[in-house]
Amino acid sequence: MKKLRISLVARREMKGYVFLLPWLIGFVAFFLVPLVQSVWYSWHDVKVTANGLKMIWVGWDNYTYIFQGDTVFVEQLSNFFTDAILRLAVVLVFSLVIAMMLNQPLKGKGVFRTLFFLPIIVVSGPVLERLVNEGATAVPLIESYGVNGIVEAMLPPMLARPLSSLFSQLILVLWYSGVPILIYMTGLQKIDSNLYEASMIDGANGWVSFWKITLPALRPMILINGVYTLVFLATTGLNEVIATINERMFSDSSRGGGYGIASAMAWVYALCLAVALIALLLLTKERKGKQIAIQKTGEQIAIERMHAERAKNMKRKGGKKHGR
Amino acid sequence: MAGKPTLHKVKKLAIGGYRQMGLLPKTALYVMLISLCFVYVYPILHMAITSLKSLTDLLDPSVQWLPHEITFSNYTQALDIMGFSEHLVDTLLVTVVPALCQTASCALAGYAFARFRFKGRGILMACVLLTFIVPFPVLMVPTYTMYSDYGILRTIWTMILPSITGQGLRAAIFILIYRATYEQIPFSLDEAARVDGASETRVFLTIGVPLGLPAMITSFLFSFVWYWNETYTTSLFMGNASLGSSKSISTLVMELAKFEDSYLTYLERAGGWAAKTGGANIQNEAVTMAGTILTIAPLLIVYFCLQRYFTEAIDRSGITGE
Repeated sequence: MKKLRISLVARREMKGYVFLLPWLIGFVAFFLVPLVQSVWYSWHDVKVTANGLKMIWVGWDNYTYIFQGDTVFVEQLSNFFTDAILRLAVVLVFSLVIAMMLNQPLKGKGVFRTLFFLPIIVVSGPVLERLVNEGATAVPLIESYGVNGIVEAMLPPMLARPLSSLFSQLILVLWYSGVPILIYMTGLQKIDSNLYEASMIDGANGWVSFWKITLPALRPMILINGVYTLVFLATTGLNEVIATINERMFSDSSRGGGYGIASAMAWVYALCLAVALIALLLLTKERKGKQIAIQKTGEQIAIERMHAERAKNMKRKGGKKHGR
Repeated sequence: MAGKPTLHKVKKLAIGGYRQMGLLPKTALYVMLISLCFVYVYPILHMAITSLKSLTDLLDPSVQWLPHEITFSNYTQALDIMGFSEHLVDTLLVTVVPALCQTASCALAGYAFARFRFKGRGILMACVLLTFIVPFPVLMVPTYTMYSDYGILRTIWTMILPSITGQGLRAAIFILIYRATYEQIPFSLDEAARVDGASETRVFLTIGVPLGLPAMITSFLFSFVWYWNETYTTSLFMGNASLGSSKSISTLVMELAKFEDSYLTYLERAGGWAAKTGGANIQNEAVTMAGTILTIAPLLIVYFCLQRYFTEAIDRSGITGE
């Protein structure tokens, strides 16, 4: 009998799978299978009967119904995405500003960091709902100056709606910056400070070095933060779209509800989200030919430092020469 | 002429040079940070202060920040309305158990991704990220029917099964944290253990678990907070108003979601004298805020005691590139 021989490498590989096994089972049972089933449901009219589910093939009818027959879903979807884009921009800019401030040598940095991270703990649907109802989520100053009234009077409704919803929930929007702030901070700490020094010597001021050094160096962090914030906005808090899908799932199938419609809606939502994520990826992608190595290797740093030193000396000498 | 150097010195002190930040920019920075912090935390402060106001203070528009007297009766009422003690037990059950399961299962997955080379590792890692990106509603209907087929709806198994197999709430983030943590532990350690004849399980238990402990604490805390705050899945799988069975599990956050209704029935129950005092049947927002504070209070306590583990999670996840 030929003995089954397994090489050491293969055996280690097998052991890797053993450790991964729980996750693999879960991935198949609670992700892949439901994912495929969900596509299947979305092509059917699903009726819940006493002896199980009754499925009637309807093809793309559920999808056409969503866009033609349903009164609220498409509007909610477009509202969500216009809101999300605006909020994403606010979060990305705000968290960058805070991170850059906290990156300065300050006392009590830990306290600030703790406070800016605090809302992560608090954000849950019902709590946010209470706060919105209380009117506690708008910045007090914006409220008292009636900015919303001005916005609504000045701008066409297409722009005014997302803006006024942004202002009335501004703090909530800012609350999504807890994680992005920390991600930016780690990114900022990794930028080589010699670069700033070198650029100063070349005559760049803070503004220029922000655009030429800080921002390009943070490009991957912007992407991570964008993806994180978008996914978070899409899955938590006061999301009308999910609430509608949830509600449709349990409503009667003759009135534009049921498992089939709900699945189709979920897929439309997921595909829109995927498009948004891909757009984000393309926007933050590094352009070819414009790549600048920001995080330099040790050797490069050494060379840079040498150059900087030399430049400094040259300048000093140059100045002396001039004086003579 | 003599004043010039001192002027320069003053200027340098105020505005600062390249190395040292001057006093003026520093003060400006502090003022800006503190005011931004205030704006940021404003809703929580507002909530806390409103919850302590008495009815007269609440109706008096001149009282905004400092109530005349601190009223704790709002809290006792809110405790009563929410059935706090009884739902706290439920909440802890559906929070701590899945969080523990998630901590363990993600540790295994992260360990596998970091310490072993196997075929399809890259693709599987991409699958992990996919589970993060795909929104839950896509999986909602089939998962619901699956649970109802197995007859585990409205039991804690709907929380345990996904979390013990690494498909819990935002499990992908935890797998990333573990992967980054385990990649940083030197491989020579487990090589040595293996040479001494330790099995892979033993290597994991004696090296992986102790050295991965900080990541485990972080994962547990985040899972705890996120499960605590979760409403969509818990209300979908745990409680269903239409069935209204007595043994359905309801968390504090779910109780908060229907606080207004519970408040109304509470007022009606106490309505005997309330009706006589004339129109006292109004919902007092201080009580609602007290309820909200009570819901998040355990989280706040955990956060302020262990905030280091929360804020260090980002560095630990390794997503910022190493």
